[in-house]
Amino acid sequence: MKELRDAFTIASKDVLTEIRTREVLSSVVIFAVLVIIIFNFAFGSSEQAAGLVAPGILWVTFAFTGILSLNRSFILEKEEDCIEGLMVAPLSREAVYLGKFFGNVFFIILIQLIVIPIFSLLFNISFFNLELLLITILATLGFASVGTLFAAMAVNTRARELVLPILFFPVITPVIIAAVNASAQVLDGQSFGAIAQWLGVIGAFDVIFIVASYLIFSFIIEE
Amino acid sequence: MKRKILFALSSVLILLSFYMVLVFVPTEIDMGIVQRIFYYHVPLAWIAFLAFFVVFTGSIIYLAKRSTKWDNIASASAEIGLVFISLMLITGSIWAKPAWGVWWIWEPRLTTSLVLWFIYVAYFIVRGYVSGEERKARFGAVVGIIGFLNVPLVFLSVTLWRTQHPPLTIFSGGLEPPMLATLLVCLVAFNFLYFYLLSERSMMKNDERMLSQIKETMARRNA
Repeated sequence: MKELRDAFTIASKDVLTEIRTREVLSSVVIFAVLVIIIFNFAFGSSEQAAGLVAPGILWVTFAFTGILSLNRSFILEKEEDCIEGLMVAPLSREAVYLGKFFGNVFFIILIQLIVIPIFSLLFNISFFNLELLLITILATLGFASVGTLFAAMAVNTRARELVLPILFFPVITPVIIAAVNASAQVLDGQSFGAIAQWLGVIGAFDVIFIVASYLIFSFIIEE
Repeated sequence: MKRKILFALSSVLILLSFYMVLVFVPTEIDMGIVQRIFYYHVPLAWIAFLAFFVVFTGSIIYLAKRSTKWDNIASASAEIGLVFISLMLITGSIWAKPAWGVWWIWEPRLTTSLVLWFIYVAYFIVRGYVSGEERKARFGAVVGIIGFLNVPLVFLSVTLWRTQHPPLTIFSGGLEPPMLATLLVCLVAFNFLYFYLLSERSMMKNDERMLSQIKETMARRNA
């Protein structure tokens, strides 16, 4: 219980920092819109093309923006040696992981909530439905689970920003495949039953990697 | 002594496998001569997965015990696994061209192997970008564990993704006895080869580590 409270303290610290500096959110949202526009140039904007490629573009955008905000979450700590502070604080390492995880989930979902309306406006597709929200939340939990772990690792390497995507993209393959296909089926107007198997894949990923990352995180930030 | 026996056994068996694959086994009727690559392709795949399983267990034991011996085993196994999975992808492509008419298809096993290839390349990139032997080992172990946990999920998601395609049957009826015998000889030969390479390579890593320690002590003494 104390661990959860500690985790929320860390997460709210991150949110507060972000409110004060507005460093990540503004630039990441601009980046996300840019990615969408570039894809629009690449694939054309006819209605037919949009229906075909929209789910893919959406999830590639989310994966890219996810990488950016995940990277920032530990670089900020590292730059001012705040990570040392976190480590000497009377917190378990697991609480640090959970705190960072909650913070990352919060930021990624916030970015998605801003990007999705812009996306549906530009592509003229309605993205507002419950199934899609569920897919997005589940997939974000998956992104943030391994993402938080790998970001903590990447920040301790010589090529910080480079290492995270190299680790992150292959591991989240199942989430990307499942999220893209489930979104495509939702946009296609299929029933909930059709996407259940995809939700199952993402759910299994979430459970396995939240537990695994939680258990393994302390090995990354020791010393 | 043990390594000499492994070396002798794997040499003899690999030579035997040359004979069996190139001379002894009858040519398959449908696919012709190119099908003979199968007898190496399958053992390569098996050894790659075995090697990555050894990386996984070695990494867990390393994190639990912190003995460099287990990191040497895990990283040596990752090297061998990467070589074997690369060879497997290459032989697969060579076989796919005449058999299916294309160099590559997004078939579940192929796609899973490709994702694995990227994960274990990332394993070495991370190790390369980290300073300090101990941290190298720790970060490598984390990637080794997370990467392997991902295998069933990647396979499941890729299988679901490609279910609309007809299953690819390599052999409609089972294997003929001479073909089965050849395959088994190749499998056993590659297993011995793997364990020989593993023991040789982890020994080398031990020696490398000892040498660098000696160098450090000498440098300190001279300073």
